[in-house]
Amino acid sequence: MNAVLEAEGLSKRYGRRWALTDCDLSIPAGRVVGLVGPNGAGKSTLLNMAVGLLPPTEGRLDVLGRTPKAGAALAGVGFVAQGTPVYAGLSVADHLRLGRHLNPTWDQGLADERVARLRLDPAQKGGKLSGGQQAQLALTVAVAKRPELLVLDEPVASLDPLARREFLQGLMEIVADQDVSVVLSSHLVADLERVCDYLVVLVDSRVRVAGDVEELLATHHLLSGPFHDMDRLPRDWEVIHASHTPRQSTLLVRTDQPILDPSWTVDQVGLEDLVLAYMSTGEGTLRLTGTER
Amino acid sequence: MGETVIEFHLDARSGVSPYRQIVDQVRRAVRLGMLREGDQLPTVKEAVGQLAINPNTVLKAYKELEHAGLVSARPGVGTFVTAQVHDETIAAHGPLRRDLVEWLDKARSAGLDDESIEALFRDALQDDMTQGVA
Repeated sequence: MNAVLEAEGLSKRYGRRWALTDCDLSIPAGRVVGLVGPNGAGKSTLLNMAVGLLPPTEGRLDVLGRTPKAGAALAGVGFVAQGTPVYAGLSVADHLRLGRHLNPTWDQGLADERVARLRLDPAQKGGKLSGGQQAQLALTVAVAKRPELLVLDEPVASLDPLARREFLQGLMEIVADQDVSVVLSSHLVADLERVCDYLVVLVDSRVRVAGDVEELLATHHLLSGPFHDMDRLPRDWEVIHASHTPRQSTLLVRTDQPILDPSWTVDQVGLEDLVLAYMSTGEGTLRLTGTER
Repeated sequence: MGETVIEFHLDARSGVSPYRQIVDQVRRAVRLGMLREGDQLPTVKEAVGQLAINPNTVLKAYKELEHAGLVSARPGVGTFVTAQVHDETIAAHGPLRRDLVEWLDKARSAGLDDESIEALFRDALQDDMTQGVA
């Protein structure tokens, strides 16, 4: 399958600080991709480069097979920036008019249908809408472009739980209905757990792990057992996280192979714990709670 | 188009994957007679619009149900219930239940409380399932 976003050695520096370092990614089409990482990890930098708002310092980036040009909005890409901004002084109808004017591929029927379903008043000014309604309007404008790729930067971070749920419901309806790939970021994996089927974890300006969610869950195992010498573990185990007491070792390992050593109790690990383990590198005091398999 | 007969719900804290929860809910609804032959399952769009989950999760669940012969997909129309859970399994419920009650009496007189009984049952079921897979 074609990649919607491909990066090789992609890096971005602001002054002396590297916001993104040596990023290699190949994101397949037709997925809902969760880009997760703590605040300041480089998520917005990556997304802003993907939509052509920021030029890379180094490396290569292809989006839908083209190199995003700084300053020129990319055809085929719908973008909802952080904070889901709308124009405070423009009405809902004005937003749609503007969208139609700026986008040759604009789908007015789709825009009208969404506005009606969301019960947005076309005459209402953007600044008077609730946070949830603003987010829905920004999504509507991005989707009515009929993009191949929809990029959303922290779309639900500022929303209350109900608005958050409603936003993701609308987004998933769009994915079910249309042939669109989605990349959305959040600093909370819990926000994305149900909606994304591909995950990219960004920590300290670097990609820590990326892949199909089901595959990640199937190849990571939470092991607990009597104290084990770390140097004597099977070679094909990649130890993501380890914590020890004098009597007990607890590990999160990645391997394609079944765990055969009966001295380990093997638990399944959830997506949230998996991401946390990648975020807190090396030895630590992180408590992982698996569900028994 | 038929009317939607059931709605799905997800328990985020159960530790059971959303796809598995959907499969189980359809199975249970068929078993309890809430879903009958010819009934339509929620469309993928309806299901994801309600649960805020990835459409592939619903598709995967429907595919498994189809594979099990419980539903069939009519392209462009929807997914429909095709089968009833066989009555012969219900007929077996009575005697099995009697055995289970007997076993419960034994467990109680051996001093097990409800929690231990549940844990023991779940453990045995788990073992049995794991062996079935291996």
